[in-house]
Amino acid sequence: MASHYEAPIRKPLVLGDKSYHDVTVDIAAPVEGRANKHWWIVFTIALVAFLWGVGCIIYTISTGIGTWGLNKTVNWAWDITNFVWWVGIGHAGTLISAVLLLFRQKWRMAINRSAEAMTIFSVIQAALFPVIHMGRPWLAYWVVPIPNQFGSLWVNFNSPLLWDVFAISTYLSVSMVFWWTGLLPDFAMIRDRAVLPFQKKIYSLLSFGWTGRAKDWQRFEEVSLVLAGLATPLVLSVHTIVSMDFATSVIPGWHTTIFPPYFVAGAVFSGFAMVNTLLIIMRKVCHLEAYITVQHIELMNIVIMITGTIVGCAYITELFMAWYSGVEYEQYAFLNRATGPYWWAYWAMMSCNVFSPQFMWFKKLRTSIMFSFFISIIVNIGMWFERFVIIVTSLHRDYLPSSWSMFSPTFVDIGIFIGTIGFFFVLFLLYARTFPVIAQAEVKTILKSSGEKYKKLREAGKPLYQINGGTVVKENVETAAKTKSDEKDVASLLDSIGTFDSSKDTADDLKKVKGIGPQMEKTLNQIGIFTFAQMSRMTEKEYNLLDSITESFPGRAQRDDWAGQAKKLNNK
Amino acid sequence: MYTFSNKLKMASFILMAVGLLGIGFGFMSAPSTVEEAKALVASHDEGHASEATHVVAEDHGEEAHAEGHDASHDEHLLHQLQNKPWAALYVAAFFFFMIALGVLAFYAIQRASQAGWAPILFRVMEGITSYLVPGGIIIFVILVLSVMHYNHLFVWMDADVVAHDKLLQAKAGFLNPTFFLVRAAIFLGGWILYREYSRKLSLKQDESDDNSNFKLNFRISAAFLVFYLISESMMSWDWIMSVDPHWFSTLFGWYVFSSMIVSGITVIAMVTVYLKSNDYLPEVNDSHIHDLAKFMFGFSIFWAYLWFSQFMLIWYSNIPEEVTYYVTRIEDYNLPFFGMVAMNFVLPILLLMNSDYKRINWFVIMAGIIILAGHYLDIFNMIMPSTVGDQWSIGIPEIGAILFFAGLFIFWVFRALTKAPLQPKRNPFIEESRHFHY
Repeated sequence: MASHYEAPIRKPLVLGDKSYHDVTVDIAAPVEGRANKHWWIVFTIALVAFLWGVGCIIYTISTGIGTWGLNKTVNWAWDITNFVWWVGIGHAGTLISAVLLLFRQKWRMAINRSAEAMTIFSVIQAALFPVIHMGRPWLAYWVVPIPNQFGSLWVNFNSPLLWDVFAISTYLSVSMVFWWTGLLPDFAMIRDRAVLPFQKKIYSLLSFGWTGRAKDWQRFEEVSLVLAGLATPLVLSVHTIVSMDFATSVIPGWHTTIFPPYFVAGAVFSGFAMVNTLLIIMRKVCHLEAYITVQHIELMNIVIMITGTIVGCAYITELFMAWYSGVEYEQYAFLNRATGPYWWAYWAMMSCNVFSPQFMWFKKLRTSIMFSFFISIIVNIGMWFERFVIIVTSLHRDYLPSSWSMFSPTFVDIGIFIGTIGFFFVLFLLYARTFPVIAQAEVKTILKSSGEKYKKLREAGKPLYQINGGTVVKENVETAAKTKSDEKDVASLLDSIGTFDSSKDTADDLKKVKGIGPQMEKTLNQIGIFTFAQMSRMTEKEYNLLDSITESFPGRAQRDDWAGQAKKLNNK
Repeated sequence: MYTFSNKLKMASFILMAVGLLGIGFGFMSAPSTVEEAKALVASHDEGHASEATHVVAEDHGEEAHAEGHDASHDEHLLHQLQNKPWAALYVAAFFFFMIALGVLAFYAIQRASQAGWAPILFRVMEGITSYLVPGGIIIFVILVLSVMHYNHLFVWMDADVVAHDKLLQAKAGFLNPTFFLVRAAIFLGGWILYREYSRKLSLKQDESDDNSNFKLNFRISAAFLVFYLISESMMSWDWIMSVDPHWFSTLFGWYVFSSMIVSGITVIAMVTVYLKSNDYLPEVNDSHIHDLAKFMFGFSIFWAYLWFSQFMLIWYSNIPEEVTYYVTRIEDYNLPFFGMVAMNFVLPILLLMNSDYKRINWFVIMAGIIILAGHYLDIFNMIMPSTVGDQWSIGIPEIGAILFFAGLFIFWVFRALTKAPLQPKRNPFIEESRHFHY
């Protein structure tokens, strides 16, 4: 197959000696295992922050928007800054999953799942702000154009704020569908491996009855392409419309035509920074270094560098055009940004967003994990300041100098912002424990073309199937070693199902049992199980013992009902 | 190796000859006095009953009544009509130059992103970018002639105008003839330098036994893209936006870029299909054509996105100094202005939506012709309103200029294609490109 060919100079996307089964086990591990102490610590911190935010939201709604730092001149500040910041962060997920899918970028497969999760979680944070700012969130449905009994109450279709409602809700729903579609085969994988009936039930509900037939895959690929085609204009439209919240006005510094594409570039920029922040931690905590490799981080850094440069080009264009236009107000707005009372915010934005990504031109820096993490945080901060600069510096100097003022946030403003960060991490941490965090089904499709092991075999001119032999031998050695240490378990297992006496009994072909292959048969023989009769006596207790001895395919014996099968085969 | 067929060579010469005649006719028939200009407009009104000229005629009919204060208007009319052949020349010269520049950007992106599907088309792209040299020189000569006042394309170059215009005086730090030409020289120099150097490395890579040329090419392509990002925007302010020196739009540079890249990709597809139909490029398969057509489709939508963003924001805010740009276009250029949106957005979307059609060579060519015509109109709409005002038409001078530059473009590009094998040999991704299957 032509599509399996890959130029040898391309770097591997899956490191180490991974087989298809290893991929399954590695990616199911965080879901099937237990949370460690670190997870609980981080989760508790996030939860506390979230609860603090909830408290501030309750205080805002019960007392009024007056609890915020807004004033008559700066009447839109912290809330809209946070809204735009969160929406922007969301963009990377869709960009990775949809745009990179259309561009056939294989490296997206290791990161798209988490990036999309991040998209959904951050859009949820973003949506909170306009709803809270309404003051009466129980009337939030008034932004929807539904026929009503309130007479002239009808939405204003001329307002970009209303376009936001449509754009973001569409974006959220399409992103959800896209995300879930990709999850189906992976949920099914967890379902098939689940041992506890409750888990099995949940994951079979979540996987929508995925069977893994060729037909399923064909539909899956088709729907992925269609959704990618839909999501691509959507991802552009969302931040375009967010930018129009400002650009359709006549406020100096807001009304400028470059806003739509420049906001989109800035959104992708901040989104990739957030993906880097999250994944650099996650690959470590969940032991996914073989899948989210340094190469992935490097590529994300390059995207950050490109979008940062585009954003920088837009900043300079705005600055130049303010001068070139000859419009006094426009010129003052930009002079005031750079040298006025908010100069520190402007220069924080400039240095974080334009200057810091330029370090990524150096290979040493962009392949350094610590440095990438550092820059990703810097960019997140810088992009928050960008929105703050655009919004607050343009508003705080009114046309009337007598109304000039400053903005300072109250503890409620800060509390709600911190609360959304907490909420975001609560959601992401829960996700990391219950969802397959890497699109394993997709990673498996590139394993032979881009896996390190297969690339090496191909380079050495060896056939790819040879490795199967190699792995089996290795696993047998491991199992043998384990068998020794598990002698006690073996003894008790053989006690209950009976031992095999080679002088009296003849060994059965255990491979006839569905779920037992040559490798498993060898393992069973090593333990001392040779006949159907022995196997038919297995109950749950023996299954568990068997699992603890072999430590491979946990739950499989029970799932395939080896005892029942063996009984039938024995009676034949 | 490709040999330039005599038939095509002859066709390119004929195009150039006919085009030259048309351009010459345009200059010959331009009026040299106010009386001639008025007579020309009047005779036009009698001759043609088309709606556009009718509106013009009525305007002038009314104004002709108040003859006293109309001298300056007549002067203006003379300037517009004198500009017409120059503007026709400039629009066509820029359009074909822009195709080569768009291809250069696309080529650099393919190199910098290490795309696997494209290397098999690198020689085609390099052939097209070879036009940067003659095309760039011609543009530069036109700009120098403008600075020397042979025409009035750039009104800010006229010292008398600037003396009475405070806004232009404020812009003089940027919009002054010397700096303008220096910038143009830097942009053209940078683009041509990258093109020639990258081409050299590309050819050397075929002969070498390691990947050092390839790697160097990757690096300079990335660096070039940064230069391009900045220079392309500034070029568009200089060469296009400044014909209307009061007007400004921050998005303008990227908008021109979108026009440029979609035209460039369209021409790559057309040249590829032409070569394939003559049994060259045997290993280019319909997946490559499909990908090019996808880019034509995608960048057409991107163009529409930027067109709409610029238009909608200015229309919505309705600030007089900005909105005048679109008022002129909607009033005097209604058909080309909205026709262009149909040709550059609606038709490409409808024609190239179906993925089967993107693999049919003749279909891609037909869609490509529409796209190219639409983007010619886009440039036309950018230059004409501020240079010839409502005196525009698409007649002999305009078509002549298109034919001349089309002939020159074909001659130069296909001559460049004969200079090296059409398929790179040792590009590390060439195998991926040969096996490319969507």
